[in-house]
Amino acid sequence: MSWRAAVITFPGSNCDRDMAVALERVSGAAPIRVWHGDADLPDRLDFIALPGGFSYGDYLRSGAMAAVSPIMRAVAAAAGRGVPVLGVCNGFQVLTEARLLPGALLRNAGQNFICRDVRLRVETTQSLFIAGYESGQEIAIPVAHHDGNYFADESTLDRLEGEGRVALRYLDECNGSRRDIAGVLNEAGNVLGMMPHPERAIDPAHGGTDGLALFQGALGALVGA
Amino acid sequence: MKVRVHVSLKPGVLDPQGRAVHHALEGLGFGGVSDVRVGRSIELDVADATSDAQLKEMCEKLLANTVIENYRIERVA
Repeated sequence: MSWRAAVITFPGSNCDRDMAVALERVSGAAPIRVWHGDADLPDRLDFIALPGGFSYGDYLRSGAMAAVSPIMRAVAAAAGRGVPVLGVCNGFQVLTEARLLPGALLRNAGQNFICRDVRLRVETTQSLFIAGYESGQEIAIPVAHHDGNYFADESTLDRLEGEGRVALRYLDECNGSRRDIAGVLNEAGNVLGMMPHPERAIDPAHGGTDGLALFQGALGALVGA
Repeated sequence: MKVRVHVSLKPGVLDPQGRAVHHALEGLGFGGVSDVRVGRSIELDVADATSDAQLKEMCEKLLANTVIENYRIERVA
């Protein structure tokens, strides 16, 4: 089975190709590449991915400029219709800046850029994005970011926890994130933002394949594996 | 008309940059500094007819992220 997936590229995106490779690896179909300046998305999309990188050179705030680029109006509309949207790293920052996800990503508490494998716990399986994992499962996926310190006020954090919208949590302190949150879902569960890079853990040559199940699970949940 | 927008992190939001600058000041021998917060100042040259409401909208839609930041609008001249 296959799907119609799209990868959005902003000026300064640098994980868009890796994301496309991952989407093609699980489905056999190359995703459609969409440029930030496009006003419209392709029709009948099953999946939209916002990749990592440094869109617009992180001007103003990470993800802030990309969040107001033309294509994001179409992404927001698609998300509102229930189309699954995955934002990884800078893509997560873009989704928070676009207010499609709550909270914000601050500079890492230790000031340093962090690039290493991290251990994560899958906290919920109430989303198609984590259909490939079991609740409580521990996985290892790399992070590579400077602004990954998840922040939201206490009442928002309580709401996210109560609604099962904390998708992934760091098992070890990573970047200062409130409650060690590594990934969050929107209210409907069809938008996931996460700092770790699942597309960088899909091949034994990467040093691990724990990211593969995210894409396989989503594909299976959407079109049947 | 010149407008200056001052953007600062909300109280309670960790400012690693400010903390690093604070440590650097101490390293230079400046005592008596109890806290440092790093913000941003944005200067705009706008049409004289630009309303307060329009400036507020610019701040809330782009110039500041109100989840983590406060902003203050100053009409300079």
